[in-house]
Amino acid sequence: MNPYVQSLLGILLSAILTENFILVKFYGICPFMGVSKKTDTAIGMGMAVTFVMAIAAAACWAVNELILVNLGLEYMQTVAFILVIAAIVQVVEMFLKKAIPALYKALGVYLPLITTNCAVLGVALVNVQQGYDFLQSVLNGAAGGVGFTVAIVLFASIRERTDRSNCPESFKGYPLALIAAGLLALAFMGFSGLKIF
Amino acid sequence: MDILIAIAVLGGLGLIFGAVLAGASKLFYVETDPRLDQLNECLPGANCGGCGYAGCGGYAEAVLNGEAEIGKCASGGNECAQAMAAIMGIQAQEVTRKVALVRCSGAKTYDKDGNMVTGARIKAEYEGFKDCIAASKVGGNGPLSCKFGCLGFGTCVKACKYDAIHVVNGVAVVDEDKCVGCMSCANVCPRSLIVPVEPYRNVVIACASLAKGAVTTRGCTAGCIGCGLCKKICPHDAITIERNLAVIDYSKCDNCGLCATVCPKKLIKDSNVEKTPLPQV
Repeated sequence: MNPYVQSLLGILLSAILTENFILVKFYGICPFMGVSKKTDTAIGMGMAVTFVMAIAAAACWAVNELILVNLGLEYMQTVAFILVIAAIVQVVEMFLKKAIPALYKALGVYLPLITTNCAVLGVALVNVQQGYDFLQSVLNGAAGGVGFTVAIVLFASIRERTDRSNCPESFKGYPLALIAAGLLALAFMGFSGLKIF
Repeated sequence: MDILIAIAVLGGLGLIFGAVLAGASKLFYVETDPRLDQLNECLPGANCGGCGYAGCGGYAEAVLNGEAEIGKCASGGNECAQAMAAIMGIQAQEVTRKVALVRCSGAKTYDKDGNMVTGARIKAEYEGFKDCIAASKVGGNGPLSCKFGCLGFGTCVKACKYDAIHVVNGVAVVDEDKCVGCMSCANVCPRSLIVPVEPYRNVVIACASLAKGAVTTRGCTAGCIGCGLCKKICPHDAITIERNLAVIDYSKCDNCGLCATVCPKKLIKDSNVEKTPLPQV
């Protein structure tokens, strides 16, 4: 098979499972703990993150390649990416409100939360580190978002059960959630070493 | 020199994005009806969900679009309904306050030896999730002998945003001073025990058992057996027996409290007869 297609498939697999942004790299823990009380909201958050990560990966790639690299300003990547992501999330939010109200209703409340999400910044920086081209970057962003969705939905369904369970008073709420998150991350360790080719 | 380039580039990027955002906010400006904000201000903002919409904002939008009637907000009450009607320029009906009533008298009391004196009998020890919905799904109609009775695991307590319902002796009890009548509790009760009534009603039927008298008696010391004594004594023909359960027609009832005195199971509540004068409806 064409090595380029192979690399794309590899990115897909690693972003969703083996290098899962939340459970392996531990990016984006704040929404992971904060918006995971109900499966419905977790799905909404996951969709919004997927959407923003793909767009942010594309925009950050463009800013990096066209501006920062040409001027020798690679050391400003983090700052520039934060700027780009914040602006993009705002524009996307306004655009959705005007053009696709249905999608805005589904994602609306989650979009501003993502502005400062480290998973989004993380994907942009990882793309640069790995030297991905445009297509690879966007794929890494979108697949990373899918990985985020998988992790947060799994975690939300666990929390829905643990919230009702009869556990010692001192473990109620966040302590139990953190333990569950740790076990889930441990389970995802099982994917490491997984390869298609 | 390098630092100047960096400042210029990042400053420029910031300026460009700022300009794009400013342009986008003009380009994608969505006009909202000013009445929406006014309606939102009328509503209490508790997001209790009693109106059937996702929070107060959802209800305000539905009213604005003409999809919902005014007066569905239980916690806002009449004041809220009239204010909303004024904004929408229409006439609203008087909204009377309602509170929740838990139709179960099976509160469990024990003597000093630990034997049950009154209340619904427990037929099995339940060890699962401490939640009524989970408990009601257990085979054999849950852990309680009475299949209509309050399970007392407090799912309604968790649903209440106003701290107005508590489980006392194994049965949920509504604090009528705090209850606003949003009926969030009724929506989660797996036994549909909770109904809206006018506050401080002197007589209410606090039982929901539709089982035959003998079956009810076996399950609970305070279950309605459909004996009809209350029906016979009622001077206003306000009580009927429907499917082994007494039902009060409040359009005829004048709160005299006679039925409460004859009920052999003491499930018609008359605690307010002497405390509050009869409200003239």
